[in-house]
Amino acid sequence: MLNVHDILETITMIQDECLDIRTITMGISLLDCIDTDIDRACGKVYNKIVRCAHDLVPVGQQIEKEYGIPIINKRISVTPIAMLAAACPGQNPVKFALALQKAADTCGVNFIGGYSALVHKGFSAGDMELIKSIPEALDRTQNICSSVNIGSTKSGINMDAVKLMGEIVRESAVRTADRDCIGPAKLVVFCNAVEDNPFMAGAFHGVGEPDCEIHVGVSGPGVVRSALTKYPDASIDEIADVIKKTAFKITRMGQLVGARASELLGVPFGIVDLSLAPTPAVGDSVAHILEEMGLEMCGTHGTTACLAMLNDAVKKGGVMASSTVGGLSGAFIPVSEDAGMIDAAVAGVLSLEKLEAMTAVCSVGLDMIVVPGDITPETISAIIADEAAIGMVNTKTTAVRLIPAIGKKEGDTLEFGGLLGSGPVMPIRDKSAAKFISRGGRIPAPMHSLKN
Amino acid sequence: MRAVVTVIGKDTVGILHKVSGICAEYNANVIEVTQSVLQDMFAMIMLVDITKLSGDFSELVDRMTELGTQLGLSIHTMHEDIFNSMHSI
Repeated sequence: MLNVHDILETITMIQDECLDIRTITMGISLLDCIDTDIDRACGKVYNKIVRCAHDLVPVGQQIEKEYGIPIINKRISVTPIAMLAAACPGQNPVKFALALQKAADTCGVNFIGGYSALVHKGFSAGDMELIKSIPEALDRTQNICSSVNIGSTKSGINMDAVKLMGEIVRESAVRTADRDCIGPAKLVVFCNAVEDNPFMAGAFHGVGEPDCEIHVGVSGPGVVRSALTKYPDASIDEIADVIKKTAFKITRMGQLVGARASELLGVPFGIVDLSLAPTPAVGDSVAHILEEMGLEMCGTHGTTACLAMLNDAVKKGGVMASSTVGGLSGAFIPVSEDAGMIDAAVAGVLSLEKLEAMTAVCSVGLDMIVVPGDITPETISAIIADEAAIGMVNTKTTAVRLIPAIGKKEGDTLEFGGLLGSGPVMPIRDKSAAKFISRGGRIPAPMHSLKN
Repeated sequence: MRAVVTVIGKDTVGILHKVSGICAEYNANVIEVTQSVLQDMFAMIMLVDITKLSGDFSELVDRMTELGTQLGLSIHTMHEDIFNSMHSI
């Protein structure tokens, strides 16, 4: 039965605490679009996406009205394009990116993710061409996101791919230097990538997924923070309980929206991603939740412990609220997209090393971090290798989304605008790892006994 | 199927009349109303049956939001499912 308190609580969450559905993402398989003629393949890709997703945006808007809940982004994820590119050797895979961009424009979606390759054990046909084309693809499109999986717990880390990705990240930044280096903001390097992730820039539609499905990613750091302010003197286990209950409510809303979208679009419901995804808006910050727990500033000693508890409580509460949980599920810590993280980074309290430690206990990884423009490709590769190692050993997804700020140095800022926010250039170590990166090869998969 | 209409803002003459007028126009039957006025702040929650709605639910939402803008009130019209799913197991 409805009661006044519950109704007002929901409305306050939406109106004052930035509760929203971050994204409904339609996953579309493009395996049936493979063709040896790249132009014909691109035509099939465009037609299939438009056929599946032409109602995605109107349906999203209808649900927004029906439930009074904002749905910030409508997105599409597709089969890793390297699999399509494999059938067209010697052709420029950027044609696929342009076809995706055309489909994004027609459907009116915010992003299409899946200009991707999975090379955690090695390169197959199409992978190398696609990876080398990423800087051009990101330069010539606006709404296309790219990701490359370079490692996994089962196969180890492909160090040849790590080396290559250092160069690709830097080249992407150089090519888009006139646009605040936006290129690498749309490029994620993964270890243990998931196949049903609705969040960008790392979304792609895995080969084990159905032909077409709907995923939902929820948001709500503001709601969690606001719930915590009501318990200023509670013990940590009591706080964990409050977070669980709040995460439950947020996720139930995601489940409702996902089920409704699936019904209206006539497409199976995939997963709800149980996430706390921040935005640069005031009151929508994961860092501020950690500060609410009792840290003077995010990034100081104790941050990792607070984040570990937060991440676990979000999952525990969310998992009860949805029968189909998946994606990246957990708290995200993208620096430029989180007002509290930006402040902490500017103040010098939040360092790259602390962020690396935080990624061991939360969702994803080193996300939206701006580094000095003179960073070498080898150093980028070394940062990727470090982060991938954390994911590989801990059997979790980790990712790196670094933005080399070409022409800028420590103390400067890059402004992306919108959900991507703005990021201060963060300092990096000045000693080289070039020799390590130049070795190439593969870091063997870790063993899973004798755990210490 | 039911929807919840919440109205919050500065009290003026005829708020209930105007809100229920739009409900009647769309054949939405008012089932329950809770209303309070604290000092000059008006707060109302209205439960309406939308099973036999004469138009589109989204049109009703738009009309209510429009009315809110005109009167300087915050009016939310939401399907009851969102409250049920968030607050009950």
